[in-house]
Amino acid sequence: MTTTEIINPENLVYIKPKVLNDNPMHYCPGCSHGVVHKLIAEVIEEMDYQEKTIAIAPVGCAVFAYKYLDIDWQQAAHGRAPALATATKRLLPDRLVFTYQGDGDLAAIGTAETIHACNRGENIAIIFINNGIYGMTGGQMAPTTLVGMKSSTSPNGRTVPLNGNPLDITKLLAQLDGTCYVTRQSVHNVANVRKAKKAIRKAFENSMLGKGTSIVEVVSTCNSGWKLSPADSNTWMVENMFPAYPLGDLKDL
Amino acid sequence: MAKIKGAIVVNIERCKGCNLCVVACPSKVLSLNNEANSKGYNYSYMEDPDSCVGCSACAYVCPDACITVYKVRV
Amino acid sequence: MSNSKKTDKEEVRLMKGNEAIAHAAIRCGCDGYFGYPITPQSEIMETLMEQEPWNTTGMVVLQAESETSSINMVYGAACCGKKSMTSSSSPGVSLMQEGISYIACAELPCVIVNVMRGGPGLGTIQPSQADYYQSVKGGGHGDYKLITLAPASVQEMADHTVLAFELAFKYCTPALILADGVIGQMMEKVILPPFQPRLTEDEIRKNTPWATLGKPANRKPNIITSLSLEAEEMEAINLRLQAKYREIEKNEVMFEEFSCEDAEYLVVAFGTSARVCQKAVEMARSEGIKAGLLRPITLFPFPTIALSNYADKVKGMLTVEMNAGQMVDDVRLAVNGRVPVEFYGRMGGIVPAPDEVLEALKTKIVKNN
Repeated sequence: MTTTEIINPENLVYIKPKVLNDNPMHYCPGCSHGVVHKLIAEVIEEMDYQEKTIAIAPVGCAVFAYKYLDIDWQQAAHGRAPALATATKRLLPDRLVFTYQGDGDLAAIGTAETIHACNRGENIAIIFINNGIYGMTGGQMAPTTLVGMKSSTSPNGRTVPLNGNPLDITKLLAQLDGTCYVTRQSVHNVANVRKAKKAIRKAFENSMLGKGTSIVEVVSTCNSGWKLSPADSNTWMVENMFPAYPLGDLKDL
Repeated sequence: MAKIKGAIVVNIERCKGCNLCVVACPSKVLSLNNEANSKGYNYSYMEDPDSCVGCSACAYVCPDACITVYKVRV
Repeated sequence: MSNSKKTDKEEVRLMKGNEAIAHAAIRCGCDGYFGYPITPQSEIMETLMEQEPWNTTGMVVLQAESETSSINMVYGAACCGKKSMTSSSSPGVSLMQEGISYIACAELPCVIVNVMRGGPGLGTIQPSQADYYQSVKGGGHGDYKLITLAPASVQEMADHTVLAFELAFKYCTPALILADGVIGQMMEKVILPPFQPRLTEDEIRKNTPWATLGKPANRKPNIITSLSLEAEEMEAINLRLQAKYREIEKNEVMFEEFSCEDAEYLVVAFGTSARVCQKAVEMARSEGIKAGLLRPITLFPFPTIALSNYADKVKGMLTVEMNAGQMVDDVRLAVNGRVPVEFYGRMGGIVPAPDEVLEALKTKIVKNN
């Protein structure tokens, strides 16, 4: 059987979800954002929630997430997405409301909004991309930047006396009574992509069941910011990020 | 015994040549093309199509959702 | 206080200005209030929490973790085409400026209440009008304006709540109620507005088709953003905003005149200062000084044309404010040098007394003519 014969609609096993539109994404080659966008689109499609979803975009590389997922979007000020999501969900409780935030947005400038939305147990899902760096502004140090990790504002590597400790905010959020599901995932290989998708689905379902706040952290790469190739970034992430941010469920009620 | 045959279609203009699919493919089917797309990216293609089993690993890890996968039992 | 029964009739009550805002908000079909406590306006949220409107009209009331958060909750609610509001006092409103700028740029309707207190800094909890510049000149970053209403009575606190929502939705822009600690705290008789039902989702989809309620199959996604990386696009947004502000200036100016018909001297004051000045004008009249009072009710749009017309009729103007002299700049711009415009004010939480104003009118304006 030739390749041309195989390429036939009845043999189709994997195709880009329709909720992810045809706009080319602005992300750097190999960026984890694209995979996570795709997973969110797949979950929305499988849950048949396209008409009932309202998403909140952050400030950071994912500010333009609204260009790629064909759902209604609100674009928040830096760090404020959980506040917008809080009001949106309370006013429209039968809608699926989620935020999509990076580490700077969620764990630095938006720490208060994040913690208090989670502590109130808002029935929202938070998708948290942790790549340990500010990608959009050119690779500055993030709250989650590892000790010793170089960035444009820690050119000789992060040190605790100068920069303080990396913030494991997900661990912190797991301790709050308002959160029902706190998990840390990655999308660097097939098995983890599948797990991350299941986690996103569970987070979305939890929010519709009114169980409280769900957080899906995706430990991610920023190969431009890390100054490595996409494949080398994955290796570096496994060797360096995972020990500090180990994968798995931190809470699942 | 039934044999599984697969094939992929790369959306050439969407591909950024990040190489993650090449690394992810367990059957070493894929490679980056010497030719570039209109944006200058060396896009991914099936260098060894006969080895493809349609496992979709390439598509799962593709950040730009530019891979469509087909699979058939022969 | 007993829970008010839901009625479509007006109701006469005695209450504080802050309480009047809360009752008017519930009655005019407000969908959501998001706030953070700060003196001298905490009675707004306290009244709402006591009234529990979520049990009657379905209105959501939420105490946020900060003013930053409460204005961004308002932003989220406004994105959904909902009638939403927040309230605070000066330091808290400073904290909201980022969110207000986003809301103005995204062209969303909402109502913000500032019950001003003395500043700068943490300042005092006594009344002030020192946030005039912040309110009418933009306040946050970028070129934008807020429709700014200046109530001078408890009745106007209620009326302006209804009006602010009307104007905010008419122009898709934030409307600010700029009160001060006196108006917020004092008790007066107030006729509360009749109950209006909250907007249904069908009405929201029809009236504000841009609202993010979830994307039906037959329309494109609604995306609410204030971001535009193309300079040409951003200039076009700015031009649209400016055109809207010119339209507001054309249509929505409100002011009140007192003893102005034959006035030789015009006092200009808003809010609490205007109440003091009305008494001062009466005292001046009893001494044979032909004084009148013009009270701007909208601070943006400013009654520029009315003041310009008075420049041809009066010998001088005195602007009285509870600040170091802010609105006086706008009065001078309106008059453009044709008559002397002087200023009298107190700061830091002091309310000027009518005899101080009369003395200032005599020494700064009357004597020099």
